[in-house]
Amino acid sequence: MTRSLDALVRRFAGALRDLAPIIIVIAFFQVAVLQQPFPNLAGVALGLVCVVAGLALFIQGLELGLFPLGEAIAHAFVNKGRAAALRAFTISLGFGTTVAEPALIAVGAEAAEVAAEAGAIAATDEARLRYAFELRMVVACSVGLAIVLGVLRILKGWPLHRLIIGGYVLVTVMTLFAPDEIIGVAYDSGGVTTSTITVPLVTALGVGLASSIKGRNPMLDGFGLIAFASLTPMIFVLAYGMVV
Amino acid sequence: MEFAATLVQTGVSTSFDVAPIIAILVLFQVAVLRRRIPNLKRIVMGFIYVLLGLTLFLVGLEEALFPIGETMATQLTAAAVVDPAAVSVQWEDYLLVYAFAFAIGFATTIAEPSLIAVALKAEEVSGGAVGAQGLRIAVALGVAVGVALGCFRIVTGTPLPWYIVGAYAIVIVQTFRSSRTIIPLAYDSGGVTTSTVTVPVLAALGLGLAASVPGRSPLIDGFGLIAFASVFPIMSVLGYAMLVSLISRLHGANMGLRRRSQP
Repeated sequence: MTRSLDALVRRFAGALRDLAPIIIVIAFFQVAVLQQPFPNLAGVALGLVCVVAGLALFIQGLELGLFPLGEAIAHAFVNKGRAAALRAFTISLGFGTTVAEPALIAVGAEAAEVAAEAGAIAATDEARLRYAFELRMVVACSVGLAIVLGVLRILKGWPLHRLIIGGYVLVTVMTLFAPDEIIGVAYDSGGVTTSTITVPLVTALGVGLASSIKGRNPMLDGFGLIAFASLTPMIFVLAYGMVV
Repeated sequence: MEFAATLVQTGVSTSFDVAPIIAILVLFQVAVLRRRIPNLKRIVMGFIYVLLGLTLFLVGLEEALFPIGETMATQLTAAAVVDPAAVSVQWEDYLLVYAFAFAIGFATTIAEPSLIAVALKAEEVSGGAVGAQGLRIAVALGVAVGVALGCFRIVTGTPLPWYIVGAYAIVIVQTFRSSRTIIPLAYDSGGVTTSTVTVPVLAALGLGLAASVPGRSPLIDGFGLIAFASVFPIMSVLGYAMLVSLISRLHGANMGLRRRSQP
């Protein structure tokens, strides 16, 4: 008990250190540059306490729950030798965690606004909602595909950089042909897909797979799933923009 | 009272975000794996910590940081406009905005929970060869430079693909000159930087800037900062690894010289 309490106290200290830069930057610009007092100081202080406590609990939970779970699942799939089931699992994990991602919903809505402004779709609410929904589905499917491809790469031991560089070339070529208004949205969509719970789980899954398959190096083969998940949405959204 | 309501509301919406993940995990556990998960009690406990922690984290950000950060982004971008009627924009007028973009890009990345997760894992897997702190600082510097450059792009109105495709070219060259072990981690670090903390602040900054600079449209020019924040960390992590190996090589060479000079 004392040891876990001790660990939690250390997590709090770590969280405080992680958040110090943000507090310093905001305080500096508020007081020294904009020369304004802090609005609602009590509320801000309460919020900061929540942020520090939340980050400490999250990291503790990461080590206790998400990391071991991701690795346990990877080991279980490898031991059972169920490659098809692993593919189904990873596709649902990628799709399921992305489709409800709040950042993606926000970007989708903004993208619909842009498309309506540019005249790519009708400027009605119905057309906008449909566009935003389709875009979300496209991105979610592309993340599902990305994780499957990434897992396949770990199983086969393909070098990551060839696939990623190939993806970059594809993005570059597609940029030349895609309509202007979709480019910003497409480039941004790569960054918003990977949520705070998905990342640790997927990372642990990759490392777990690489360490339980003979001949794979966790450092070389275990990482890279997130890289796929941030590249394929760009390709798919560009393609979507060319089709619509 | 209002605070408690926000807390409950955020808790519910976080649970909804996690629900599909748990559903998938349980489904595959029951239908396919059918194997006892070791330490199930601890894992469930960990999930509760994660849920609780994320809720508190989001509520705290919503209460304390986002309102000020967003107001600040708007005020800084608006303050830079010297003459609203000016036809052409001088990019130097926005130096303060670039400074803010750099600082806030760095600071939000250091606080990003998914980056902390990947950095911890990298340190564990590499047996300490990749330090969690060093990696996070390298990524944060990449985001900082990327976001500042992204703001410069919005002010000047230059096309986004020039920058992003240019950055890809640099990443490709770096890839062929880097040690193989760092490459997957570097590519991953691009995707994890833009998450809970960074995206809302960057979105406010981009939209505020695009709205206040004459001749820019928030709808067209407001996008792109997240893309900058996802490519530049790849560059900085690869660069950091190259620097570390260069220093150790120089250091090794010096040691060798010293050893040789001894009689």
